[in-house]
Amino acid sequence: MAKKIPQINASSMADISFLLLIFFLVTTSMDVNQGLARRLPAPVPPDQKVEDTEINKRNLLVVKINSLNQLMVQGQLMEVRQLREEAKKFILNANDDAFYPKLYEEDFGAPFGVVRYTRDHVISVQNDVDTRYQSYLDVQNELVAAYNELRDECARKYFHMPYSELDEDTQKRIQKIYPQKISEAEPKNYGGGK
Amino acid sequence: MPALNTSSLPDIIFMLLFFFMSVTSMKEVSYKVQFTNPQATELTKLEKKSLVRYIYVGTPTAEFRKQYGVETRIQLDDAFADKSEIGDYIINERSAMKESDQGLMTVSIKADKETRMGVIADIKQELRRAYALKISYAATQRTSF
Repeated sequence: MAKKIPQINASSMADISFLLLIFFLVTTSMDVNQGLARRLPAPVPPDQKVEDTEINKRNLLVVKINSLNQLMVQGQLMEVRQLREEAKKFILNANDDAFYPKLYEEDFGAPFGVVRYTRDHVISVQNDVDTRYQSYLDVQNELVAAYNELRDECARKYFHMPYSELDEDTQKRIQKIYPQKISEAEPKNYGGGK
Repeated sequence: MPALNTSSLPDIIFMLLFFFMSVTSMKEVSYKVQFTNPQATELTKLEKKSLVRYIYVGTPTAEFRKQYGVETRIQLDDAFADKSEIGDYIINERSAMKESDQGLMTVSIKADKETRMGVIADIKQELRRAYALKISYAATQRTSF
């Protein structure tokens, strides 16, 4: 008869794994890293003079946030929640208004065909040194949202599905119609503060 | 009364353990500044953890307040840093990466929502100078206004 192998006592196994579990619960954090992705402009080489590029006034949407976190769009006081619609109107210029950016016609290939779009529009965000970070991000968020909504509308119109579900190539083609052009000026002191 | 058979208990706990290990992430560092993320809606997830570097901005936590005051401070890795150190930090971190990954580096700015934009603008200038152009403003999801 073979020798009987004594069984390993596994009753403490549960305790050990509980210990491990609690250790991981304590050291890890649940929060996923999300954020508003932006791209900074490349630095200007020190030997190069800063030239003010001539931008046609109608192609420019100036968004200013002062030190009291008030928003001014094209010289008019505005609420943040109105900004998205205003930005969409500006980017789209559906009625070919003279005070909105110039429209260009370009063939984007099937299924878009010839599309009229505002190629040279620029949204310029200017903020004060004392502006709250949250207010700044609100504005950035609304502007990005305006682009996202336009791209999504375009995707639904031509492909009958949301923008986020399209493949990368198609997304890039839509991005060409609605290029994201948010420029940021150097922070200045715009008054309302020290 | 027969004893309850608990032999499968370790397996269950292990399952729980693996679940938590896979859905959570290790804390990157211990925070020396405290901050509440601002809120936004148009968020994108940061894809690869290994390509992301963090800059923390906020007021020092209670234990450091005596030494560092209550002014907004910048934290890189595990230590307080001056804004002039950001450039070197980014360049160091980037050169430690694989060459194919260097262009994909993302800098996540985790700043308190009450921070003054002056500080953020300084950081952005430093990042531009270090050619770390892909940035992400860390924020939490907000459903609507």
